[in-house]
Amino acid sequence: MLSLITFLPLAGGLLILLLPKTNHALMKNVALLASAASFLLSLVLIGMYQIGGGMQFQEVYRWIPGIAINYHLGVDGLSLPLLVLTTLLSLLSVVYSWRIDHRLKEYLFLFLLLETGMLGVFVALDFFLFYIFWEITLVPMFFLIAIWGGPRKEYAAIKFFLYTLVGSLAMLLAILLLYFHSDPRTFGMLDLIRQQPLAGTPLLAALAFWGFFLSFAIKVPMWPFHTWLPDAHVEAPTAGSVILAGILLKMGTYGFVRVSLPMLPEAFKQYAVIVAVLALLGIVYGALVAMAQTDLKKLVAYSSVNHMGFVMLGIAAAAAAAGDASKAQAAATALNGAVFEMVAHGIITGALFLIVGVLYDYRAHTRGVDEFGGLGVRLPVYTGISTMAMLASLGLPGLMGFVAEFLIFVGSFGIFPYFTAVALTGLVFNAAMFLWTIQRIFLGPLNERWAHLPDMDGREKLSLVPLAVLMLIFGVYPRPLLDVINAAMTTLAGVVR
Amino acid sequence: MLAVAWIIPVLPFLAFWLIIFFGRRLPGEGAYVAIGAMGIDALLSIAILAQAVGGATYQANMVWAVLGDRALEIGYQIDPLTAVMLIVVTVVGSLIFIYSIGYMHGDPRYPRFFAYMSLFAASMLTLVLANNLLLLYVGWEGVGLCSYLLIGFWFERPSAARAAIKAFVTTRIGDTFMFIGILLIFFTVGTLQFDQIFEAVEAGHLAGVTLTLAALLLFGGAVGKSAQVPLHVWLPDAMEGPTPVSALIHAATMVAAGVYLVARTYLLFFGSPDHGALTVVAWIGGITALMAATIGIVQDDIKRVMAYSTISQLGYMMMGLGVLGFTAGVFHLMTHAFFKALLFLAAGSVIHAMHTNDMKEMGGLGRVMPWTYGTMLVGALALSGVPPFAGFWSKDEILLEAFHHNPPLFWVGLVGAFITAFYVFRMIFLTFSGPLRSHHAHPHESPAVMTVPLVALAVFSGLIGFVGAPWWGNPFHHFVEFEAAESVPFDLNLALLSTAVALAGIFTAAVVYYWKWLSSASLRRAARPLYALLVHKYYWDELYAFAVVTPTLWIARRLRVFDLYVIDGAVNAVGIVFVWLARLYRLFDLYVVDGLVNLIGWVTGKVGGVLRYVQTGSPQNYLLVIAFGVIVLVIGGILR
Repeated sequence: MLSLITFLPLAGGLLILLLPKTNHALMKNVALLASAASFLLSLVLIGMYQIGGGMQFQEVYRWIPGIAINYHLGVDGLSLPLLVLTTLLSLLSVVYSWRIDHRLKEYLFLFLLLETGMLGVFVALDFFLFYIFWEITLVPMFFLIAIWGGPRKEYAAIKFFLYTLVGSLAMLLAILLLYFHSDPRTFGMLDLIRQQPLAGTPLLAALAFWGFFLSFAIKVPMWPFHTWLPDAHVEAPTAGSVILAGILLKMGTYGFVRVSLPMLPEAFKQYAVIVAVLALLGIVYGALVAMAQTDLKKLVAYSSVNHMGFVMLGIAAAAAAAGDASKAQAAATALNGAVFEMVAHGIITGALFLIVGVLYDYRAHTRGVDEFGGLGVRLPVYTGISTMAMLASLGLPGLMGFVAEFLIFVGSFGIFPYFTAVALTGLVFNAAMFLWTIQRIFLGPLNERWAHLPDMDGREKLSLVPLAVLMLIFGVYPRPLLDVINAAMTTLAGVVR
Repeated sequence: MLAVAWIIPVLPFLAFWLIIFFGRRLPGEGAYVAIGAMGIDALLSIAILAQAVGGATYQANMVWAVLGDRALEIGYQIDPLTAVMLIVVTVVGSLIFIYSIGYMHGDPRYPRFFAYMSLFAASMLTLVLANNLLLLYVGWEGVGLCSYLLIGFWFERPSAARAAIKAFVTTRIGDTFMFIGILLIFFTVGTLQFDQIFEAVEAGHLAGVTLTLAALLLFGGAVGKSAQVPLHVWLPDAMEGPTPVSALIHAATMVAAGVYLVARTYLLFFGSPDHGALTVVAWIGGITALMAATIGIVQDDIKRVMAYSTISQLGYMMMGLGVLGFTAGVFHLMTHAFFKALLFLAAGSVIHAMHTNDMKEMGGLGRVMPWTYGTMLVGALALSGVPPFAGFWSKDEILLEAFHHNPPLFWVGLVGAFITAFYVFRMIFLTFSGPLRSHHAHPHESPAVMTVPLVALAVFSGLIGFVGAPWWGNPFHHFVEFEAAESVPFDLNLALLSTAVALAGIFTAAVVYYWKWLSSASLRRAARPLYALLVHKYYWDELYAFAVVTPTLWIARRLRVFDLYVIDGAVNAVGIVFVWLARLYRLFDLYVVDGLVNLIGWVTGKVGGVLRYVQTGSPQNYLLVIAFGVIVLVIGGILR
């Protein structure tokens, strides 16, 4: 089942390669079908998933027995929401990309390959496999930016590629460190968690921790490794930005929760304060720098730095509480919030980049925040959805972002009260930043230059409305999602303990 | 009836979505849907009040989230305080909604207005019904959002858009403190349910400095929402919204939320050591009451007079709560809601007729707008605190409590009362008496859909105070009470004093603006520095622009440059270093590594070239060499 979900997009992509180059409609339909099938199957997976049942739908096959490499997939409460998020955002991105006609065949193939890579990262339970999927995501993203990107696409693509590649190498070393200290030798993540191979050797554990840290922190991206993100976002095509912000960044935080926290709890605990400080810097710094941006895409990119800072604060707090039974409750809460924020940020920021695309790709062809004004009169539907997404992003109660932030703050306040208080100031900056943006684009007198812009069309609504609905549903009543996450996080907090 | 109270916020919430999606296709273009929802809510609230008066209370919970193994519950409750607030919000809200049909007639976004108003009411009702801090916070922020949307309703005007942001961000600063307070409480007692928090306070689990801190942090939120000094600056600018919005914000929702929060969590304030938190509340309230009242004297915009009056009256409420007058504060909240809604809607009626807010252009409107004039006069008398109008009873109670528990604040309050009466009657005289000063205005009385709500509110403003009257045992006190703080009995002397002060204020206003025995211009000249200070509103806005907004933007821009050149510069520098290294390697490769390879090849070739001569191909040479070799070996063997 998991293999099917993971490789269906790739199969669709390969099929597209075989189709005639001129038949655009057929290629698009195949892509749509492949991503839709993957999405529907992931929904079936939710239906079959047992809350509190631990790791499920596991598939284990011996792959390279000589060095104990298995083909091992599985999902739990941490990966399932991210899996569904991936299939959903990919599907919506395919819908949104309907008007791409430049080198369509390559575009769709790369896009579907990317989807398979991301899904693989979230379901792989063997480090070797994990690493392969991790690297697979790099390549299509590189080409998506480099071919379909904006004016400085080569620079941005290479920067993105090299930056993340450096991280990957550090991760590879850390993986090998774990591998060579395991007994019996294994790449299996679950086995490594059980074995805790570096538990007795603090120095090596620290080394492995920082190796993973570099890789994950670049991906998140944490301050000060974040500068590839604005460039990549600004140059990437809209769908690429959506996937980048919505899912690729989550791979980093996912790594922290899946790998660093359970495999190297002591090392993470030891350095949790450093991680938390970096997260705080990301929160306050990200919001302030976002405020000063005039390019809408950059603004959203920096707000991502800010939000991923919240996620990292929650994870760092949970790490700092490791081994302290009295704080296990707070740790579980913080982790719940962090994972919830991953999903929430995926939905909200995915929507925000689509929103930027709606304005930039087919209408105004500019993203300068100051060049608009008064669009609220001309584009009421667009204004409504944009406002809602921005309000969700600034953490308005009743929308998804608030639940995530609330849980993170409630959890981390029990562990890092002063850091949390500082992080809260980020909320004020966030609010000011987004409201100011709304004001500059939608409010005030109508800029006559845009007097003839049409409102959103059906296809654009189709890709945005589902996200808006999800923001509202999980914002009002988060339990369906939270129960899934909570079961896994409680187990994790228990393991850490 | 109490078990279905949850439906109260749900109805306007549904109305919001209905109007958003179907707008103009609904009856009355959405207005009737909104009014219907509010009307049903008002009836439900009355039924609930009737049951609550009979002593009934109710509470229901549901699990909102499970964290670890602990469930986080949310729910709602009915108690006397909630019942009173429900009445205030729904009754005043309904009348404002009805009035809006006339006021907003012809607006291009007419349905949207009623949608936002419904959401506003829904948020406020959620806040009032919540039995825990989480749900209260949800409603709290919802109220903030709606004020943002409604203040900026005419967003084509840049000033309106700016005012909307100012309101949201300013209140959010307060909300951040409140949020930290909520976190602190949750961290200390592990729950957000009011009754459990109160139990923890009574059991001493939440006590001492932590309790004071938690109370003050919560109060931070109230300072923002209820526009207390120093976060009051957003409220006057909020006048950019349509007048019914102002009425709703100033009377029934939004600003009432802050006072309600303090009342709802009163035990936290009361329980803090030496009532420390309460003392802070009292003084902030007192300072706000006096400061805002003085600014109100010099405003020429009829709505701004009202705005400062609201800030000042909210100060009185806070002061009342702060000087142990729990009932007095809540009572004033209720009476104020009615007479302030009345004053705003009457002002709106005037603006509707004059198409301007500037009182310098008005005058003599009493003759053309008798209903508006009459009702506004009732509101003004209530605000001044003249018996038997509503404001008298509640304000008198606050002064009474202050007199007994905090005498300095009593005098502050008394001076404030004089100023209040002065500025409100200045407004009445400037607007309704004398000649009409504008030459191109054609004022007319507003339609019945606007005047009928005015009359209804005037009736309430005239009579609602009697529920707190002493001669039938002060029923309000026995309904909404905080048992630990006994309220002070009615004192006729103080009542006479406060009445005299109010009348003196009215008389002074008449001297200057009605009889004009003293010209206001000469007064202004006589007190020029003071006048400048008041006109500039004590320079709060300038202070914040200088000390907060500008530095923040400056830092943000500097950080952006820092990000671009320092952090990203470092990244690019690493890239460049590697590119240079690559070039260096290339040279090394070209000359050293490749050179070495070539060298080896060259040497081999040369050696081969030399050795070539050995390979002669003639057997004689080879035999000679072999023989020579054998001889060498033999000699070697012998010598060894």
